[in-house]
Amino acid sequence: MIGGLFIYNHKGEVLISRVYRDDIGRNAVDAFRVNVIHARQQVRSPVTNIARTSFFHVKRSNIWLAAVTKQNVNAAMVFEFLYKMCDVMAAYFGKISEENIKNNFVLIYELLDEILDFGYPQNSETGALKTFITQQGIKSQHQTKEEQSQITSQVTGQIGWRREGIKYRRNELFLDVLESVNLLMSPQGQVLSAHVSGRVVMKSYLSGMPECKFGMNDKIVIEKQGKGTADETSKSGKQSIAIDDCTFHQCVRLSKFDSERSISFIPPDGEFELMRYRTTKDIILPFRVIPLVREVGRTKLEVKVVIKSNFKPSLLAQKIEVRIPTPLNTSGVQVICMKGKAKYKASENAIVWKIKRMAGMKESQINAEIELLPTNDKKKWARPPISMNFEVPFAPSGLKVRYLKVFEPKLNYSDHDVIKWVRYIGRSGIYETRC
Amino acid sequence: MTDSKYFTTTKKGEIFELKAELNSDKKEKKKEAVKKVIASMTVGKDVSALFPDVVNCMQTDNLELKKLVYLYLMNYAKSQPDMAIMAVNTFVKDCEDPNPLIRALAVRTMGCIRVDKITEYLCEPLRKCLKDEDPYVRKTAAVCVAKLHDINAQLVEDQGFLDTLKDLISDSNPMVVANAVAALSEIAESHPSSNLLDLNPQSINKLLTALNECTEWGQIFILDCLANYTPKDDREAQSICERVTPRLSHANSAVVLSAVKVLMKFMEMLSKDLDYYGTLLKKLAPPLVTLLSAEPELQYVALRNINLIVQKRPEILKHEMKVFFVKYNDPIYVKLEKLDIMIRLASQANIAQVLAELKEYATEVDVDFVRKAVRAIGRCAIKVEQSAERCVSTLLDLIQTKVNYVVQEAIVVIKDIFRKYPNKYESVIATLCENLDSLDEPEARAAMIWIVGEYAERIDNADELLESFLEGFHDESTQVQLQLLTAIVKLFLKKPTETQELVQQVLSLATQDSDNPDLRDRGYIYWRLLSTDPVAAKEVVLAEKPLISEETDLIEPTLLDELICYIGTLASVYHKPPSAFVEGGRGVVHKSLPPRTASSESAESPETAPTGAPPGEQPDVIPAQGDLLGDLLNLDLGPPVSGPPLATSSVQMGAVDLLGGGLDSLMGDEPEGIGGTNFVAPPTAAVPANLGAPIGSGLSDLFDLTSGVGTLSGSYVAPKAVWLPAMKAKGLEISGTFTRQVGSISMDLQLTNKALQVMTDFAIQFNRNSFGLAPAAPLQVHAPLSPNQTVEISLPLSTVGSVMKMEPLNNLQVAVKNNIDVFYFSTLYPLHILFVEDGKMDRQMFLATWKDIPNENEAQFQIRDCPLNAEAASSKLQSSNIFTVAKRNVEGQDMLYQSLKLTNGIWVLAELRIQPGNPSCTLSLKCRAPEVSQHVYQAYETILKN
Repeated sequence: MIGGLFIYNHKGEVLISRVYRDDIGRNAVDAFRVNVIHARQQVRSPVTNIARTSFFHVKRSNIWLAAVTKQNVNAAMVFEFLYKMCDVMAAYFGKISEENIKNNFVLIYELLDEILDFGYPQNSETGALKTFITQQGIKSQHQTKEEQSQITSQVTGQIGWRREGIKYRRNELFLDVLESVNLLMSPQGQVLSAHVSGRVVMKSYLSGMPECKFGMNDKIVIEKQGKGTADETSKSGKQSIAIDDCTFHQCVRLSKFDSERSISFIPPDGEFELMRYRTTKDIILPFRVIPLVREVGRTKLEVKVVIKSNFKPSLLAQKIEVRIPTPLNTSGVQVICMKGKAKYKASENAIVWKIKRMAGMKESQINAEIELLPTNDKKKWARPPISMNFEVPFAPSGLKVRYLKVFEPKLNYSDHDVIKWVRYIGRSGIYETRC
Repeated sequence: MTDSKYFTTTKKGEIFELKAELNSDKKEKKKEAVKKVIASMTVGKDVSALFPDVVNCMQTDNLELKKLVYLYLMNYAKSQPDMAIMAVNTFVKDCEDPNPLIRALAVRTMGCIRVDKITEYLCEPLRKCLKDEDPYVRKTAAVCVAKLHDINAQLVEDQGFLDTLKDLISDSNPMVVANAVAALSEIAESHPSSNLLDLNPQSINKLLTALNECTEWGQIFILDCLANYTPKDDREAQSICERVTPRLSHANSAVVLSAVKVLMKFMEMLSKDLDYYGTLLKKLAPPLVTLLSAEPELQYVALRNINLIVQKRPEILKHEMKVFFVKYNDPIYVKLEKLDIMIRLASQANIAQVLAELKEYATEVDVDFVRKAVRAIGRCAIKVEQSAERCVSTLLDLIQTKVNYVVQEAIVVIKDIFRKYPNKYESVIATLCENLDSLDEPEARAAMIWIVGEYAERIDNADELLESFLEGFHDESTQVQLQLLTAIVKLFLKKPTETQELVQQVLSLATQDSDNPDLRDRGYIYWRLLSTDPVAAKEVVLAEKPLISEETDLIEPTLLDELICYIGTLASVYHKPPSAFVEGGRGVVHKSLPPRTASSESAESPETAPTGAPPGEQPDVIPAQGDLLGDLLNLDLGPPVSGPPLATSSVQMGAVDLLGGGLDSLMGDEPEGIGGTNFVAPPTAAVPANLGAPIGSGLSDLFDLTSGVGTLSGSYVAPKAVWLPAMKAKGLEISGTFTRQVGSISMDLQLTNKALQVMTDFAIQFNRNSFGLAPAAPLQVHAPLSPNQTVEISLPLSTVGSVMKMEPLNNLQVAVKNNIDVFYFSTLYPLHILFVEDGKMDRQMFLATWKDIPNENEAQFQIRDCPLNAEAASSKLQSSNIFTVAKRNVEGQDMLYQSLKLTNGIWVLAELRIQPGNPSCTLSLKCRAPEVSQHVYQAYETILKN
């Protein structure tokens, strides 16, 4: 299990050091600083073994979090824990920075005591933790016995993510379908790989212990239901999507999903990520990038890039940015673009072309002449791919929310009384075209 | 909140000031002071001097202050054990507090204070807390047992905490169950023999129920624990798998990986024909792919594990090549791992895509990555024959870029391609030669030299090229020197006229001016070969080379199986067993995959041992190499070579004949002496530079291998028994038996390759033994042994080897070598293979000898259950060279007087008394060497009963 946990600033000074096991000494703190943070060559693995001691590290801005062990621990668990630790800290005091960590070091020690016992991760749901660990000190000392046992049963219970007795005047929920579409395209326009990784984020403001059921146009579910009525199959079959794989928040009953493929759960209060999914089939690629690079002699490059939008004309894409890399020995660039603004950014070695809005089924073009300094460097320019950023108001995977039903057996509100909001946002993930 | 101010105190009288503040009456000031102390502690300053003052603050109602003091205590209690006792009272009192959070805090902290005196006081409160009404206290107490066990294991056992902990597995609260499982698993690891966890179908069922309800971390503990269980049959394995599969959709990657571990392990037990087996395979792929969209650090862990899974069950991910394509901004550690998996998944179906990708990667900036990509192209050429041509042209394109490390890497892989497809791509040699000067890495230089030597006849200026390397001979690395030596000898054999001077030069450089024994030895071997028999030299040096294996860096199957049991853990990240990086006895229990057991079988044998065959059948495997080292020094075993055989392996010589042949004469350049030496073909002696040239091929004609195989007119042959199980020999299984036909003894072997890798370069050698048994010819395995292939070989044996008395007498210790390693085993041979054909003694002689041998040398044995009459027994024995000299009938009993002679000239006289109607007969043996009697009796018994 985890033997110790250290947090360092960018200089390698220790901000937090919590040791859980006897086999981890103070020298481990220094070993990591010397061999990883101050290493002459950049360390090329997130797991490092120094003198039979293993160090797992993650970096958040310029803060290093390192977990240390001498045992054969579950490596995936250690990293998951480190991320969770970051989430918990962020939930308590915002950005993970040296300043914030120093300001909250007592709180962090308290959290570390609670969520990691003898190196075993314990309940790390912020919702539950916040009931008895606060930035203002500990609440629990003035609580009644009932309150105390409610805390402990929540921290250890089956529904550790939600407390009893939540009340709202207005029962409301928000569903955001957030997708990032990833593409790697060859210069000839052949799709090398494309996938959508999506998340369904839910914000719930519901009273009591509501039982929720979520439905989407999952091909498997619709085909199952459609067997009875042939009509529906033909109608909805087209719109259903094949989900390669999905994972759920721990509130979702996985065994039920496995047997019936239904998604049922009691949601945490407030915002949480209900599910993540991945699709690779029938993806709507919102933009197509067509590059043309021509080398004119040894000191000049001509670049032409066309982008085409590929969705309903009534919809608008936003925050479009095309990044065209330039060689390191670029001396000057002239750009002409039909739409938006384009600039050569020498520090980033790229031409950045920004368009605020663009409707569907449109086309735009940029032309650039790149002057090069003559070099005798034999090494060829690696030609990094042209990358794109954008945001579109639909889900490129084609996912649609069909329903989200709420049942609260004890309180007197029904599914109809809940106000529900659904929003789709598609963003570019790594959206690259090789040139 | 500006706690950061506590970090900034660097004044001189700090400790003194803090002391005053700690003793202040004001609560706020006290708290401030403790915070300052903790801050100093964090930075690494020694604040242990404040111990009494801090402990004084412990008795407070303020929980925050209390927690801070506890934190301080955990750090410094060990340095001040006596003072720490002061805190005990408060702890004990807190364990009785009405607030469960405080009870838990006290028991949690107490367990962290590693002071013996405190531990004594801990027992009572801990016992209470383990049975506390509040689950929060119980789950904390469960972990505390593990803490206490770490400090004082005996105490935990004596106090009966382990039983209480076991009871908690049935607790109503899932988190208590999870923590109890975690604690028990850890304790069990340090007592590998104890049956602490005592997993049985009932407790497994409880765990599976808790699995659905506990936190993500609890699920990990439970799944990791489940993975240690061995289901009793395939039905149970399937039902556990069914209940574990839903975990594959968990958002926590560690839960997913641990579930994959359980499934991969239990799948071993399922029959491949089962529908469920196929379903399970299909279910495994998507979650593994999803792991690749996690954060980069987790991707890395996942990829290292996928690397194992792909080797174990390639079918799972064979269609998922695309997800392993490298993204431009992947961290380098992810890129390198993806590349590894791409090579493993490359097949004819996807090769075009893979090559296009690899070509892209080869133009990136990161040197390591580019090198690996270039190497990958070469691997593809070797793996997928159809793509070889495209790969070669891609490599040529890359060489044209003139980027130094790309060129060097490309040349190294092109050498391997030449090895795989000889005489096919020599048109590219010209291009390669152009780059000769830019090569500065030993591996690339050696590869280039190999190519020049191999294709010397096609390169006009081969001699000039090689000569240019020779100038700086002593500055080169050994690898290059060895290669240069071999290449020049090759050149000489191909173009003897114009290169005589060159070869003289290199031989003298290698033998006279070098301090490197490998180089010197190889030099001498060549020198001797060339001066004795150039034709033989040609056969040796220019021999056809064995194939090179398609896969590289495969993990050896038994290690792979072990690592599969460690999916998700550090061992799977390092690809090393835990013993390689974990200190002490903890966690070094060897794990192995469960054997496949069908439910029907298990009904009869419920207690299936988790590994291998029942102990009774375990063949005797010679355990340590060290014991035998003295004897084995005589053996001519080549170096264990794995992976693509580099052309640099050092030559191992038969020490005996080299020394016998007279090094002196070699030194004096007078090779005549060697020609006369009795060159008793040492098995695989002097496997020359390019490995495995079958030097002994000519010799095989001497021993007519095919004669007699199948026509078993000779003595009784026992059925083949497994001598070397695959588990102990990295996948090589050897079974065999001994035969004797028409005066020649042979060892009939059956070699089975149960590894994933092609096996080549077999050789065999015996240790000295009682009867001087030795292989009379090298072990001839003509074709490389591919996975799952079996060959049958008959190895002729002679009895002229050196003799050493063994215990038992008929013990034979054998060493077998292949390209993977050297393996040792021992076997018992039946004595009757040593009974010679001229073992019939004259009657008079028999009588005289019988009398002559003292009576104390006579041994009597009973042979039971052998209802044969005298005639039948006599003829049966005769075929095994036991000859009946005379026959008498005394009082209704048949008396057979028999003689036999062993290969070493020992006579054995026998009297066999057979009573008609009685299934037992009596055997009296007389021999001058009475120790053989026992074994002769065994031979009698075997012959008569079969």
